Parts: sequence; structure tokens; C-alpha cells
Amino acid sequence: MRRWILGGIGMGLTLGLGATEYPSIPAPEGHPLPELISGYAFRAPETQALQDDDFENPGFLWVEQGAELWATQDGKAGKSCASCHQDAAQSMAGVGARYPRWHDKLGKPVNLEQQINRCRVGAQQAEAWAFDSQPLLAMSTYIRSLSRGEPVAVDVAGPMQAWFEKGREIYYRRHGQLDLACASCHENYGKQLRSDLLSQGHSNGFPTYRLKTQGMVSLHGRFKGCMRDVRAEAYAPLSDEFLALEIYLGWRGNGLPVETPAVRH
Amino acid sequence: MARPRVKAPKTATAGEVIVVKTLISHPMESGQRKDDAGQIIPRKIIRRFEARYAGTLVFAMDLAPAISANPFIEFNLKPDASGELELTWIEDGGEQYSHSQTITVK
Repeated sequence: MRRWILGGIGMGLTLGLGATEYPSIPAPEGHPLPELISGYAFRAPETQALQDDDFENPGFLWVEQGAELWATQDGKAGKSCASCHQDAAQSMAGVGARYPRWHDKLGKPVNLEQQINRCRVGAQQAEAWAFDSQPLLAMSTYIRSLSRGEPVAVDVAGPMQAWFEKGREIYYRRHGQLDLACASCHENYGKQLRSDLLSQGHSNGFPTYRLKTQGMVSLHGRFKGCMRDVRAEAYAPLSDEFLALEIYLGWRGNGLPVETPAVRH
Repeated sequence: MARPRVKAPKTATAGEVIVVKTLISHPMESGQRKDDAGQIIPRKIIRRFEARYAGTLVFAMDLAPAISANPFIEFNLKPDASGELELTWIEDGGEQYSHSQTITVK
């Protein structure tokens, strides 16, 4: 994390955002944003410090619980995650940075939470964990945290292209009574929305420890919250719509380091 | 549902001031909130934290309902001899969560 920030400062660009300079990485050609900035850069120094300290960062409570669950047997097959995947520090390194991924057998992409539940129902013969339940948040936080510092690398080539397009359509479509698209706020990053400093809305820190709710927030939980905030009826978590949005948003942040568990306010 | 995390050195030199950092997962339910049915959710917070070193109380703290969930507590300790560091979090209703570890003083 710190390494990236230092590297980022060297590349920092000012692009008509007033006096503030954010650590950024250059965006690839054809990207809607001129530069990629992690949400980390838009938060207060105190919040950044909380994220940077692996002990004080409360997200590590979930990481630790996830590590315990990794080694815990569950289901009729009497298996733990470790029974198939052995040491997560090796087998899962960098994996979280690549999700959502195309799944050939299913003929559709799966995100990390869906893949965890596929393992639970399939290999472990256990019950799927409910969306945003404590164990699912802990496991997805744990697996994503093992990619910390790795660049986000969501592959949108081939069959993923249709999902990518669908996600982009949702990103730019105005929703709800307030008639706002994701882009209405997040392409106006660096500006104030009342008291809130708008970020680029990347997904590289998710699941994220949020100071407001004092707990982990999943990406689809955040989507739901945003849609509620614009007074729209939200899609269901883990629905195809949110999955497409997750794929598109992941692509927008490709190259940014995974920060899970990030701390945001 | 509470899970303590503790960071304290395993060894120290005599007279050295060491830092003990603790974090416990706990909702710190304030007693001010209502559930969906309009009923008050009863208060349930960590109300006291105690640290004993080699059997002696070295640090204690009374916590209040306004303290956020997952309270982080940090304190200094000057161990003169090896001993057991015992940390206890006491919840409303009397339930206790604890962590202990040995610090070797050279």
C-alpha cells in the first residue's frame, strides 16, 4: 500500500481538479477517466492511517475470522476450504484481484462470493452462506486480502464482453427519483457533494470497513446503498445486473492495487 | 461474538516501556436504538477492560455507550520481570472475554 502511494505520488497529475493532487496511475487508452485514483486518496489522513496499520485496521477482525473458517470443516463432505486448496496464502494469492471471472460450465461469470458459495454447496456439501452474512463477509474479505497490493485484473475479453457492455450501460444509466447515474457522481470526483468528497468509486478496496456502519460492507451492499441514496429500487445483491456492474467497475479500476480490507468513512 | 486481537511483544528488556494494543470485535449496542418493531434494543457494551500483569492490575478502563463498535484500546506497560499478561473484557450481563500471553523479560 505505502509503496504504491509513494510510486503514485511520483506519477501524480493535476487535471483541473483545483489545488488538490491525488496519487494516481495513468489510465489505459480509451478509458473514460484520465487517471485512476483509489478511493483511499479521497479520505482523511486519520482514515488512511487506520487502513495502513494492519493491527488497528478493524477489517482484520474479518480477515482473521475468514482464516479460521478456511480451516474449519463444514458440510456433509467433511471438508474445509483447506482440504482442497491447502494453504490459502499460496493457493489464493492474487486470486481475489481477478474476480469476477468467466465460468465455462455455467456459461456466465461468477464473483468471489458466488464462487465461495459454489465451493460450499458443491465440494463441501454445505449450505450456501447468505449474502452479507458474517461468514461470507469474513471469507470474501480474507480471500481478497490475500491479493492486497496486487493490481486489480478483471478480464473482460471474450464472453465477458457482453457482461461488460451491460455493466457499462447500467453505470451510465440514470436511476431513481434523483435521476443520477453512477457516472453523475463518480466522474465528478474531487468535487464536494455537500460534505462528502466524491471519489472515482472504484471497487479495489472492497469488502471495505466502513466507519459509519462499523462493519464490513460488500460491493453489492454498497451498490444497494448507492441506489437507495438516489431513491431508486435497487437490484438484488448477486443479481446479474449487479454482477455486470461489478465486472464493468472492476475493469474501470484495473491496475489499482487491491486494498482489502480498506477503511472508508 | 466478541473476538479479541492483541499485539504485545513476547520479550522485553527490564524497565523497557512496551506498548500493548488491543482490538475486540463487539457491536457496542448503545441501548438507544430501536428495532424494526419500535422496541428498544437493550444495551450491550463492553463496560470494562482490565489488564493484569503477573497478577497485578496494571491498567483498567470503564467504557461508555458512546464508544464505537470494535473498541481499540492501547496502553503502556513497564515490565520489570517476566510474567503473564492477562487481558479481560467485561460485557454488560457479566460475560467476559479474555486473552493471555507470557512476556519474557531479559
